[in-house]
Amino acid sequence: MALSHAALGELGDARPAAGAAELERRAARVRWGLLAPSLVILLFAAIGPLFIVLVYSFLTPGPYGGVVWSPSLEGWFRVLFQRDIFDDSLKFQDAHLSILWRSVKLSFATTMLALVVGFPTAYFIATRPERSRTSWLFLITIPFWTNLLIRTFAIQEVIRNEGLINAALLQLGLIARPLQLMFTDGAILAGMLYVFLPLMVLPLYASMEKLDFRLIEAGYDLYANRFQVLRRVIIPLVKPGIIAGSILVFIPTLGAYVTPRVLGGGKNMMLGNLIELQFGQGRNWPLGSALSMTLLAIVMVALLVYVRFAAKSDTTGHG
Amino acid sequence: MDAPVGTSPAIEVERVSKIFGSGEDEVLALDDVSVAIRKNEFFTLLGPSGCGKTTLLRLIAGFEHPTRGRILLEGSDISPLPPYRRPVNTVFQNYALFPHLTVAGNIAFGLEMLGRPRPEIDQTVQTMLALVKMRELKNRRTSQISGGQQQRVALARALAPRPKVLLLDEPLSALDLKLRKEMQIELKRLQHETGITFVFVTHDQEEALTMSDRIAVMSGGRILQIGSPRDIYDHPAERFVANFIGDTNFLEAEWLGTSNGTGTVRLSSGAVVAASPPAGSTPSGKVTIVVRPEHAELTPDVASAPLRGIVENVVYFGTDTHYHVALPEGREFIVRRQNRRGSAAGFGPGTPAGIVFADAAAQILRD
Repeated sequence: MALSHAALGELGDARPAAGAAELERRAARVRWGLLAPSLVILLFAAIGPLFIVLVYSFLTPGPYGGVVWSPSLEGWFRVLFQRDIFDDSLKFQDAHLSILWRSVKLSFATTMLALVVGFPTAYFIATRPERSRTSWLFLITIPFWTNLLIRTFAIQEVIRNEGLINAALLQLGLIARPLQLMFTDGAILAGMLYVFLPLMVLPLYASMEKLDFRLIEAGYDLYANRFQVLRRVIIPLVKPGIIAGSILVFIPTLGAYVTPRVLGGGKNMMLGNLIELQFGQGRNWPLGSALSMTLLAIVMVALLVYVRFAAKSDTTGHG
Repeated sequence: MDAPVGTSPAIEVERVSKIFGSGEDEVLALDDVSVAIRKNEFFTLLGPSGCGKTTLLRLIAGFEHPTRGRILLEGSDISPLPPYRRPVNTVFQNYALFPHLTVAGNIAFGLEMLGRPRPEIDQTVQTMLALVKMRELKNRRTSQISGGQQQRVALARALAPRPKVLLLDEPLSALDLKLRKEMQIELKRLQHETGITFVFVTHDQEEALTMSDRIAVMSGGRILQIGSPRDIYDHPAERFVANFIGDTNFLEAEWLGTSNGTGTVRLSSGAVVAASPPAGSTPSGKVTIVVRPEHAELTPDVASAPLRGIVENVVYFGTDTHYHVALPEGREFIVRRQNRRGSAAGFGPGTPAGIVFADAAAQILRD
């Protein structure tokens, strides 16, 4: 702010001789000045490392991890294929494909569930009196107060064989043996839903808060029942929130690492775990890098498809 | 169409009370209100903000439900029905147009919800667009049209399902003066052409007087008087009504009785003048009478006038001039005189003047 104020002052003081070109140049300097801090961080913390990862994916793995500076397509090749140890014949890398599929499936399911659970929550908060909304939002952010790892272990305490749920069910005599809840896709799903739900609720709330509730009355007045008001009035109007929330949940779940690691165990890997494996035990940094870039590509394609789809369904007005 | 105002009621509000909140915060928004609105009538609920007029409208629409009493639509009780089951549509104060739909999409909304076949919907939308003269803009977003145009779309959207009653909640208050005048005429035209009962809520007395078949003046959650605009203006029954609608002079007087079919009262000056008693009650003893400024005239013949005083202020308004006359008992009496070109104001400040009333100009209040 201080920067822009100073600059605005400067604009105001500009002598007539300065001319339009000079003013425009100063305005541009202000714009870049405002952007500079974020740009620097992005450059050094995101774009730079990403470039390094991209370069690594085209190199040869070192014997003890790391890379050897000799170009190779092997990393990318092994994202989808594996060589037979004996005759060098090519086979599809089934494990990678199934991990990829599970990741997409679980992320999609988490996003949909978060939407179904988060929508009523956001609506509830948005319809509270203005004074109490802040407290409700505050409650939504409570999960963020503790470390993700601790929260995930806490879930483990609830769902493991000797955990709360099984103990209670056994005590009630509803089951004879503990249910296997840990190390299942369901456990990962529940864990990720819990972790990422606030990221769905907050953008949904932001667009519902702006919703003009008189439009809902107008819907009722024009013979729309509750369901029709939801479908024809509320959902179209809060669509920006739905899109933002879905993106905010889908992307981090696709690359989720901690939750599937703790709740899914070694068997139910997701992409994040597979990548980690290559940089750790696997000692195949080029493959890990290629997998990372693949994840990035999937996210970008998914985003493009989703935004295109959302834009299309937006034009339901009648001609 | 131009159907005459019917005699059978479209809406009957029967002893309706509405309480908001509970305990300490309890607010009595409507206090035992009864009114019958006739078919094809332009009926106005007039009153200051907080008088309960919007609450009554929302009760008819179904957004609120009465605490006591019931509401009948063409004879059947609609009080328990949700808004989407009532053949009643609303034009909202801020229009409440759907921003995600086009002009035509907004107008079609109600018909779609009613499950009408597509050809019929398209046909009706065309008719409505023509009715409100919005044909060219049917594919625009509602954010791309002006306030006056939004108003027309809101009207078309509410009229498209052909409701039995159209409710209008201060629909003109957001428009500038010129547009408001245009829309007043437009609304009257639409009401005539569609033959639909209009219930109009406003705090603007001029709007109420120019547009309505009948007006209900409301205050403090009660209906004080129902009548034609002329009735309400010429024969206000209560001080509030007289005060709220138009400018008024209040005078203390003593009821003398009826002679030759008209009432007479004695003013504090001792003069005896004709005065109409309020409908449905007989006055006695001390009464308050009201005289509209334009129903009185100044005369230089001070001695024989029923009221005398000294002109204190002369305010020129273009169309007419207001003379503020100080009466001996300290009251002020305002006389309005229409201006004509070339006629000089006869009574400057400081001149003594007599005040005479036109025949039957004085109205006795009920209180």
